[in-house]
Amino acid sequence: MEFSRVKSLVHKEFLLDWKEKNSIASILIYVTSTVFVCYLSFQTIIDTTTFNALLWIIILFTSVNTITKSFVQESENRLLYMYSLANPQEIIMGKLIYNSILLLLISLVTFSAYALFLGNPIVDLPGFIVALVLGSLGLSILLTVMAAIASKSSNNPALMAILSFPIIIPFLITIIALSLNFSQGVNDAQNFRYFIAIGGIMAIGITMAYILFPYLWRD
Amino acid sequence: MGKNWWKILGVVLVSYSIVGGFLVPVPELPILNETIRNTYFHIPMWFAMMALLSYSLFHSIKFLAGFDLQHDNKADQSVQVALVLGVFGLLTGMVWAQYTWGSFWTNDVKLNGTAISMLTYLAYIILRGSIEDEHRKAKVAAVYNIFAWVMMILFIMVIPRLNDSLHPGNGGNPAFGSYDMDNTMRIVFYPAVIGWILIGAWITSIKIRIKNIDDIQKYA
Repeated sequence: MEFSRVKSLVHKEFLLDWKEKNSIASILIYVTSTVFVCYLSFQTIIDTTTFNALLWIIILFTSVNTITKSFVQESENRLLYMYSLANPQEIIMGKLIYNSILLLLISLVTFSAYALFLGNPIVDLPGFIVALVLGSLGLSILLTVMAAIASKSSNNPALMAILSFPIIIPFLITIIALSLNFSQGVNDAQNFRYFIAIGGIMAIGITMAYILFPYLWRD
Repeated sequence: MGKNWWKILGVVLVSYSIVGGFLVPVPELPILNETIRNTYFHIPMWFAMMALLSYSLFHSIKFLAGFDLQHDNKADQSVQVALVLGVFGLLTGMVWAQYTWGSFWTNDVKLNGTAISMLTYLAYIILRGSIEDEHRKAKVAAVYNIFAWVMMILFIMVIPRLNDSLHPGNGGNPAFGSYDMDNTMRIVFYPAVIGWILIGAWITSIKIRIKNIDDIQKYA
């Protein structure tokens, strides 16, 4: 695995996004309108449990929608060309890095819009941002692998959601518990255990993506 | 006969555990009372399910190592049998929960964990159904199976230890070793576990052979 090739693969993804500005814009509008629907139905949320659950559900659905396209959008010919330039490990690492940056941006935008409209009941904001960052990194790792698997089937649009929701739940409930602790200002030994669990799941996800993706890319 | 001894052993052990499970005296404990006999039926389901899922994982890895479709067939069939055992495990557990914890479904991490694992493996079956090409299907399914197994282990083994659980062995409850089980219970419990694993393996082996015959007829 060569780092320069990974870098140019990530660069390629950003160039593609710059060329088709529609895709990023549509995600941002998707997020904004979802938040606005929540605002119109809730007005304000004072209860931190509801605040967290709703925020993470919005982020989950947005990220599933965003990452689904990361393998489908490439045409067969372009994939073939890419595979002749780089090896599969470099491709999956490039996708992982790009998706992480994208999801980080999306979740920060989501949270800002969400807090702006629905009110901000969070006590420990820096801690909460850390949870948000970790959450979007973990989601992007697990969802990228699931997108690679789901892209192998062309006739089932619901497959991405079916495959990824059960896989993502252990991670999601841990991250929700962590961000709930931060939003209530609870900072005890429990948080440390959550950090370890989250780090562990992310490390396992990256390792498995690295080992298993080479079996997926070629038919 | 020589090859089939383990099938006979499985039948004998399961019959023994059913008879013994209802007749052998059990410790008298508050709340649990006679429902403790469910230990002989509820827990062996999970052991058998885990054994079959691990067998399936083993064959998924073997498939990725050599791309032999026979391994894919074994992985697929054992997941199907494991799912049936999992449903039985959930049902026996739900009845037990109703009489001890007061409701069929409690918000217990282990319950949620198993429910999610079942969803994961149902997704495995859907995934297989939605890819036409045999080799591509086998490869993608094997990769997903490895992922699913690791996440299931994380959920069943690790996450409950971060939270409290009503099950023994978690969150302040006595550990599984002491588990209010005395030696007379062990005499029935361990044979029941081994028996159900053997029965599960037997059903799986029959299903594998049926699939092989189907394939021969399809391609002949």
